[in-house]
Amino acid sequence: MLIGRVVGNLVSTRKNAKLEGTKLLLVQPLDLSGQARGAAVLAIDSVDAGVGDRVLLVQEGRAAQLALDRGTAAVDAAVVGVVDSVEL
Amino acid sequence: MLLARVIGNVVSTRKDPGLVGATLLVIQPLHPDRTPSGTPLVALDSVGAGAWEEVFYVRGREASFPFLPDEVPSDATIVGIVDHWNAGG
Repeated sequence: MLIGRVVGNLVSTRKNAKLEGTKLLLVQPLDLSGQARGAAVLAIDSVDAGVGDRVLLVQEGRAAQLALDRGTAAVDAAVVGVVDSVEL
Repeated sequence: MLLARVIGNVVSTRKDPGLVGATLLVIQPLHPDRTPSGTPLVALDSVGAGAWEEVFYVRGREASFPFLPDEVPSDATIVGIVDHWNAGG
């Protein structure tokens, strides 16, 4: 899992049937200092996160499908938690 | 999933039987501010995307799932056409 920040949301009418009704968030992965790390990804939201939230991001198909809970589906990224704080 | 713009298509006559009838599109991954992110790639289309449309795609094993029960050898498949996104924050 990575820590990321929700930087936007996305609306799509025409999409894969298994994705109908899902909330899609743009998430920028962060390094531990809070700087952007790599490209922003589009993830399904299973925890009702919002723009500006720091979140836990999975970027792996099986994990994302478990978060979506619709069986085999074409998803490879999901927000699975909202971060309250990180201690190092 | 990742954002991208459709910038072209690929025609291939001799290909894996699983790809027969598939639409092969060239896509340029995008950052949320619409600047290019990395190099273009070829992706299969599962939603009827067209030239210059903004789309999102899945990578890896999940890229073959939209075509089930057909077994399609794809590692990148477009699964949605973007209406719009809001990037701030």
